[in-house]
Amino acid sequence: MRHIISILMENESGALSRVAGLFSARGYNIESLTVAPTEDPSLSRMTLVTRGNDDIIEQITKQLNKLIDVVKLIDLADSFHIERELLMVKVKTSPEMRDEIRSMTDIFRGKIIDVTPTTYIIEMTGPSEKLDAFIAAIDPESIIEAVRSGPTGISRGELGLHL
Amino acid sequence: MELNGAQIVVQSLIDEGVEYIFGYPGGAVLHLYDAIFQQEELKHILVRHEQGATHAADGYARATGKPGVVLVTSGPGATNAVTGIATAYLDSIPLVVISGQVSLPVIGSDAFQEVDMVGITRPCVKHNFLVKDVTKLAETIKKAFYVATSGRPGPVVIDIPKDITAPNIKVPYSYPETVSIRSYNPVVTGHKGQIKKAVDLLLSAKRPIIYSGGGVVLGEASEQLIEFTRALGYPITNTLMGLGSYPATDKQNVGMLGMHGTYEANMAMHESDVIIAIGARFDDRVTGKLDLFCPYAKIIHIDIDPASISKTVRVAIPIVGDVKQVLEQMLGMIKESSIQIDTEALAQWWKQISEWQAINCLEFDRSSPLIKPQYVIEQLYEVTQGEAYVTSDVGQHQMWAAQYYKFNKPRRWINSGGLGTMGFGLPAAIGVKLAFPEANVACVTGEASIQMCIQELSTALQYKTPIKILNLNNRYMGMVRQWQEFSYESRYSHSYMDTIPEFVKLAEAYGHVGMRIDKPEEVRPTLETAFAMKDRTVFIDIMTDRTENVYPMIEAGKGHHDMKLRVAIGTSTDRELA
Repeated sequence: MRHIISILMENESGALSRVAGLFSARGYNIESLTVAPTEDPSLSRMTLVTRGNDDIIEQITKQLNKLIDVVKLIDLADSFHIERELLMVKVKTSPEMRDEIRSMTDIFRGKIIDVTPTTYIIEMTGPSEKLDAFIAAIDPESIIEAVRSGPTGISRGELGLHL
Repeated sequence: MELNGAQIVVQSLIDEGVEYIFGYPGGAVLHLYDAIFQQEELKHILVRHEQGATHAADGYARATGKPGVVLVTSGPGATNAVTGIATAYLDSIPLVVISGQVSLPVIGSDAFQEVDMVGITRPCVKHNFLVKDVTKLAETIKKAFYVATSGRPGPVVIDIPKDITAPNIKVPYSYPETVSIRSYNPVVTGHKGQIKKAVDLLLSAKRPIIYSGGGVVLGEASEQLIEFTRALGYPITNTLMGLGSYPATDKQNVGMLGMHGTYEANMAMHESDVIIAIGARFDDRVTGKLDLFCPYAKIIHIDIDPASISKTVRVAIPIVGDVKQVLEQMLGMIKESSIQIDTEALAQWWKQISEWQAINCLEFDRSSPLIKPQYVIEQLYEVTQGEAYVTSDVGQHQMWAAQYYKFNKPRRWINSGGLGTMGFGLPAAIGVKLAFPEANVACVTGEASIQMCIQELSTALQYKTPIKILNLNNRYMGMVRQWQEFSYESRYSHSYMDTIPEFVKLAEAYGHVGMRIDKPEEVRPTLETAFAMKDRTVFIDIMTDRTENVYPMIEAGKGHHDMKLRVAIGTSTDRELA
């Protein structure tokens, strides 16, 4: 099963490699990983998507908690949460295709953030499935490159991951 | 007080109460060695190879319970220390390893003797630090000791670039009294509700067994374990790392369990209905094939490390906490509990166990004209009256030492259980002897293992650490040979050496006493003579029966109830080796 683990950790050099190293050393898979400092600059927040049965996920969370740099973590899959991922995709645009791509972008509530005579860059956020659906909906031949941030998430309600 | 970085390191160690530091100098730690030279409180033990430094510090830590401290230079000094660090990591031994690093401005430039020590050791340390600011040095050292010794202990590396220890940069020094790390708060007290449930289950058991491990030794909980076990009257088995946590000669102790454990311990595990695992981690050498492990048992597991719980074996009642505290909590509840132990069922259970014991699984051929290694360990036990500190290397001799030396006290059995590091025994014995100069310290080894850190004989002379080395010399890498005999139709691929040194001469060359024996009747008097030489290190080269195997044995892929026993006692010497 897919799990999205949110980790609050010390914003120190090497902290990221401790997490990445743990996953490779113990044979867990990482589907995606995003990390950035939080509003408290001494802390970083990492969102990590992984897959495994309950036993494996239990071990992953315990092993992560064992890392000295990890302050706290939650498995967002355990509760109601919101997930978002950012996609930027650069597409080739012939004059006759421009309208179609624009309307497709509107339907998916994306934005065109850069235009050249022959290309658009489209920005879109949403759950990963929505981004998958958008990619599937446009002509694969037209995609020059696409970049995705990997999902990040936050739990709903008053509970949250903080010190 | 203003000190430079090198002085801060030395003064911090002194303020931390460190007595010995095991190390080897080199370019990146020259400032540090200069600071060591200019003081007398902190005693430096110069080893002959950095692996020896880590093992010696490790032996010191295992015997005393205090953290072992190591100082090595950058690059090869650091990488040589890695085997010892990993050894300590697998057995949860507190070490603080200080490694020199190239100066900050050249880090990452493939400078002379540069390796990414923090990167290399990351998977085999509890934590590591790279110090980038001399004003953070004292605090980092304090943190390192705190992390290494608290919770589930383990090695911590502090990598210090050379410019951080520069003599001309002085900063105010004070060693922190305490330290707190917001992201690190080990759980100590067990959950009351869980403990209550565990006590209820334990008291209702019909075929219970206590399975205790190294955590009891590390957690100084031997006394509590003894009280707990006696209060219940249940059988107890120890892991390799847990030997000595409960007296081996006590009648409730059914011996070691696992791959080379006793028949009775493994059968009792297999047939039990309730197991309480105390400071043990269900290592694969203990469980055998997991699918076959203890099929009838409900398991209670006490461990300070939450990640040890349900890692390989699912348990019914997990209790996270310090074993000593949890055992005390349990004892209190046992005394107050209204549940009566089913004494009839327990008597029946003991009767069953005594039937298994009657098989006498550790018996060996006592009439052999050749020296049986088991006999040597028995004699060692008797000559030292069970009071020696025994270190070992890894292989058959290690298992025989574990099986035949009856450890009645914790911290007397010093071996690399988790990583299985050959070369551990000799430097570890030096560390133990430094800690306990009056005690008998024996290193039980084999002719293959001893050669992996033989250079430390020189250290033993320099620091006058008179240890007794029992080299069980069967002219084979015995354990490898045994597996090849059982699993590879006796194709002894590279498990022997054609050119084994003359150990007597070697010992003498290093300035020690060398002895060589090959007859059973020589064992006892030779050991007595050796141990009577209080101020000499004695290397006893003991030519043992080449064909001897370690029994009982659970072979790979088998369960506890499926043990290979000595086929017919008294015939093993008739076998011919190819």
